[in-house]
Amino acid sequence: MNVSEDFYQLEKPIVLLKEQINALDLNEEPGKKEKIAALRLDIEREWAKIYPNLTPTQIVQIARHPKRPYSLDYINNLMRDFMEIHGDRRFADDPAVVTGFAFYKGESVAVIGQQKGRTTRERIERNFGQMNPEGYRKALRLVKMAEKFGFPVISLIDTPGAYPGIGAEERGQAEAIAYNLKVFSILRVPIVVVIIGEGGSGGALGIGVGDSVTMLENSFYSVISPEGCAAILWKDQNSVAQAAENMKIRAQDLFALGIIDKIIPEPAGGAHIDPEQTFKNVDKVLSQTLKKLEQKPKEELLEERYQKFRKMGIYVEK
Amino acid sequence: MSENLWTRCNNCQRILYKEDILENHSVCPACGFHFRLSASERLAMLFDDGRFDVVDHGVCPLDPLKFVDSQNYGQRLEESQKKTMLPEAVVNAVGTMGGIKVIIAAMDFAFMGGSMGSVVGEKITRAVERAVKEKMPLIIVSCSGGARMQEGALSLMQLAKTSAALARLEEAKLPFISVLADPTTGGTTASFAMLGDINIAEPNALIGFAGPRVIEQTIKEKLPKGFQRSEFLLKHGQLDDVVPRKNLKNYIVRAMRLFLNRPQ
Repeated sequence: MNVSEDFYQLEKPIVLLKEQINALDLNEEPGKKEKIAALRLDIEREWAKIYPNLTPTQIVQIARHPKRPYSLDYINNLMRDFMEIHGDRRFADDPAVVTGFAFYKGESVAVIGQQKGRTTRERIERNFGQMNPEGYRKALRLVKMAEKFGFPVISLIDTPGAYPGIGAEERGQAEAIAYNLKVFSILRVPIVVVIIGEGGSGGALGIGVGDSVTMLENSFYSVISPEGCAAILWKDQNSVAQAAENMKIRAQDLFALGIIDKIIPEPAGGAHIDPEQTFKNVDKVLSQTLKKLEQKPKEELLEERYQKFRKMGIYVEK
Repeated sequence: MSENLWTRCNNCQRILYKEDILENHSVCPACGFHFRLSASERLAMLFDDGRFDVVDHGVCPLDPLKFVDSQNYGQRLEESQKKTMLPEAVVNAVGTMGGIKVIIAAMDFAFMGGSMGSVVGEKITRAVERAVKEKMPLIIVSCSGGARMQEGALSLMQLAKTSAALARLEEAKLPFISVLADPTTGGTTASFAMLGDINIAEPNALIGFAGPRVIEQTIKEKLPKGFQRSEFLLKHGQLDDVVPRKNLKNYIVRAMRLFLNRPQ
């Protein structure tokens, strides 16, 4: 699950440039603006050299970068008065997902966000963003409330996958995900899904059925982790790169396959190099999408959501 | 091979006369072990007089990602098709059970572990939509390792597609009986297999979201005996019942009569 030393070396020139910008930003000096602008250009130039050669495995590393903005960063930067709600009222609260209500562009919205931790302690507490059944059931409780009050749902995806544990199985991990797929597909309010980091299989899809599914440029969405796929099909961990390559997990691949609607650009170096710009880019797509969806009559919205997923799949009729 | 009249039970290791096993619904007469059934054996066992019409047979797989591991996906598909004589890992069929017209989608594990790619997702969805259109009860017999890796996220999306179709079946107030056979795991469990009005399993079937090996590696502990088996799921409230194969048809017919308010 770690970012490799190779990748840190690869992004080092950009990190150094960014540090110069941060240092400049701290004090007032003549020509500061111009200097920062020049450094930003340098970052872009540097990135333009690196980016076209990045492999799917390296994209996975950006998506899992420990400095990458997480759900709560988006919520805190784009929304106001976020009120978190806790627990599924059945068994427990799942810290791997945050759910609640907030004002977005002056309107109430319901938000779901899979949340990883920043520190070791927080990572463990949040179970590395791997939800348990009660997390899916908490999200379900939230979206049913959103439907009741007529608020749109914003769902932020960032998980390696649903948690594979004894308790999770005992409490019906599969059923919890399956039931969400069913309920989300007929929920009578708009649902906007953004994949901000890792889109780990059923664990992601369990909060990922919506009217619009968009992806940050360097996030990925996959039926199984590249590590899991390598272990099963190649039976060795040296084939992770091949697995990632074969499964077509990058945003542009998924766009071409008709699985996502839009790719949200990331700043040069990836979201973690310039989180502010990333928030702006996400904000733009979120607000435009919500505006469009909220104008749709309910029946049209639901029929289009059904057809959107109904059409997915590639086969031949003989 | 067909000349060999004897076989060994995978469970109790007894040498058995093949004819005896077949007469006993492919269940070991000695220990009750349920041998895996092919889709056609399953359909023949459930429909009245073993008669049914296969539908949606023309939906065939492609290799949309040009996926290559030790073998390319296209070859794997061809081999499975040859081996099973089926176009894909699920067969949809219409017929009657206890005189009630139903549609059954039966999965076949011999076809790439019953995995769900675009075609399985499409055919399950068509089965659900046909049930809605013709107002029939739906029965799905799952036997699947989960989503098919070789079709990547296209396979994953079949979870959403099939579940959305089932939401419409529910709105049409038609019964859906989900039968889980050994094994039913991964994306199949995390979509249609767990969404029945009634979810039942054959005895000792492996049923779960994550596979036992993945769980063991994650928690670094040995799993308790019987973990993720039908009886374990029943105890934990995840199934309505565990039904031995010889009672399966009667169980389903009785459930349909109750749901449809149609006493004998």
